[in-house]
Amino acid sequence: MKYLHLIWAALFRRKARTLLTLVSIIAAFLLFGMLDSVNAAFHAGSQSALGAQRLVTSSRYSIIQPLPLALASRIAAVPGVEKVGHANWFGGYYQEPKNVVFSYAISPEYLDLYPEIRLPAAQRKVFDATQTGAVVGRVLARRYGWKIGDQIPLNSSIFPMKNGSKAWPMDIVGIFDVSKDAANGLDQALFFHWKYFNEANAFGSGSVGWYIEKLANPAQADRVAQRIDALSANSPNETKTQTEQAFQASFVKQIGNIGLIVGAIMGAVFFTLILLTGNTMAQGVRERTSELAVLKTLGFSSRSVLAMVLAESVLLLLIGGLIGLGIAAVLGPAVTRGSGGLVNLPALPPSTWVDGIAVMVVIGVLVGTLPAWRAMRLNIVDALTGR
Amino acid sequence: MNATLSELKPSAAPLIEIRELSKAYVRGKQKVEVLHHIDLDVAEGDFLALMGPSGSGKTTLLNLIGGLDTPSGGSITVGGKRIDRMKAGELARWRAANVGFIFQFYNLMPMLSAQRNVELPLLLTKLSRSERRQRAAIALKLVGLEDRASHKPAELSGGQQQRVAIARAIVSDPALLVCDEPTGDLDRESAEEVLGLLRLLNREHGKTIIMVTHDPKAAEFAHHVLHLDKGTLVEQATA
Ligand SMILES: Nc1ncnc2c1ncn2[C@@H]1O[C@H](COP(=O)(O)OP(=O)(O)OP(=O)(O)O)[C@@H](O)[C@H]1O
Ligand SMILES: [Mg+2]
Repeated sequence: MKYLHLIWAALFRRKARTLLTLVSIIAAFLLFGMLDSVNAAFHAGSQSALGAQRLVTSSRYSIIQPLPLALASRIAAVPGVEKVGHANWFGGYYQEPKNVVFSYAISPEYLDLYPEIRLPAAQRKVFDATQTGAVVGRVLARRYGWKIGDQIPLNSSIFPMKNGSKAWPMDIVGIFDVSKDAANGLDQALFFHWKYFNEANAFGSGSVGWYIEKLANPAQADRVAQRIDALSANSPNETKTQTEQAFQASFVKQIGNIGLIVGAIMGAVFFTLILLTGNTMAQGVRERTSELAVLKTLGFSSRSVLAMVLAESVLLLLIGGLIGLGIAAVLGPAVTRGSGGLVNLPALPPSTWVDGIAVMVVIGVLVGTLPAWRAMRLNIVDALTGR
Repeated sequence: MNATLSELKPSAAPLIEIRELSKAYVRGKQKVEVLHHIDLDVAEGDFLALMGPSGSGKTTLLNLIGGLDTPSGGSITVGGKRIDRMKAGELARWRAANVGFIFQFYNLMPMLSAQRNVELPLLLTKLSRSERRQRAAIALKLVGLEDRASHKPAELSGGQQQRVAIARAIVSDPALLVCDEPTGDLDRESAEEVLGLLRLLNREHGKTIIMVTHDPKAAEFAHHVLHLDKGTLVEQATA
């Protein structure tokens, strides 16, 4: 620590070059912060522990193909199924198509299947009794300034009403919070009655998007899933049942292997960064040959000279990297707010900070090693005479 | 003056004892012998000037005495320690505790203030930050630059930079100062100042000084002048 001012001075010996290098490091880690947090957000949903206690039954062929309502009672009779509910994707938006609302038409049991949705009992009662009632997550309510008692038109990009209108009137009767272990985005969801959806939509009735089953015992998930799928075997509506975790993971995979894309982009960015900072460090040490020789003359050990050069390169990466991640942490939520939810950049999760700092240290050590080694091996007499 | 000097001198062994010292550099297949079987004693409290033509081996000899380089043959004993037998790490610690270095081109850290430059050797000690600061301030005061403590080397004249370098060399209170052409890059006036300072350190603070110089005027400040020619010593007394 008492060498810090020496390391600092060495780092900023060539201010312009160091600042340019810093800008590149900041840019690289800003990108890393954004991409990695998006990636983490995509995977967070499939990692909820509650998701292992529920099964999702969807059409075997495509998650957008509907299932018959008649399946509900048969699934309920399967041993190991404690409770069953169902939902449809509504494809909702508010006022303009860019204001996407994650909206679902749900059966009455649905809310009981999701203990992570915290809706006050009184509001629940009103919801159950109101045909056009809707409950919304607190984040969503705040975004559009919705309050209990408001009537809003919610448009569907898929389903017109029987009267030809695409704007479905809904009454906000409840605002819910979500528990910490809820899947990402649940606090931005809107739920309304499947009954209303079923009776009012122009495309016909009796179809269900997917079923949700609560397991009596999560350890029996595989066996129960097989039994449920056996109900529809060889029918035109064959099903595929899996845990909610697995369902979300496969959903993410359909969008594309985001982890791989992030990895490829960051690999290229960091590779360039290594060349750049490596060059900065090598040049910096070469220019300081005689200064390093003087330190050794004064009695600084070869090892401490090595440590100082390594520390310098790690410090360079940490300064730039932390600024980059810091900007990403501020920018993500700001963009999300500014775009009204169209672009949903999550706040930086702790895992991104941890991964980012690890990458900074690794790159710092990587690019510092060769110059540090040179500095350590430096022969004082040769260096002092410029040989 | 002579009385104080003899009081400083120890009755027993000299501070530096050099026996049969040789140094050869190997360049590719060629082996160049730079120093040949040198014998030399330097008493504690002595002020020795080392002169000789360019390439005669003065810097090489000085670097060996200061523990910056290791000999090819012979022995160097300083303060009873065989420094020619020390490993690199041990030698570094020995230098830090026993030798102050002054170079022709000052060799200060350009990014650090005068104060911070002088503090450098103290980073290797257990002294606290405030003690380090205090000692560096005293050393700067001794060389007459207390009012330049916060200046960077580039903001100082050559003579002032060399005085900062002297402050750095003495701040950890080593017994021995080795100076390689300390006035080689200075005008007459600054040179006189620096030499006066070395004389003061020798007389008042008992530092043993070995100084390489090309300048006969500078050599006059020393008690003895040694001449080195093609790697061999020729002793001469000062006028
Ligand atoms: N590291 C080295 N490798 C090879 N040869 C060297 C090395 N250091 C010194 N020499 C050679 O040793 C000889 C003596 O060099 P040295 O630097 O000791 O001379 P000097 O007396 O200090 O000269 P000057 O007055 O020019 O400083 C020169 O011929 C030099 O080329
Ligand atoms: Mg020389």
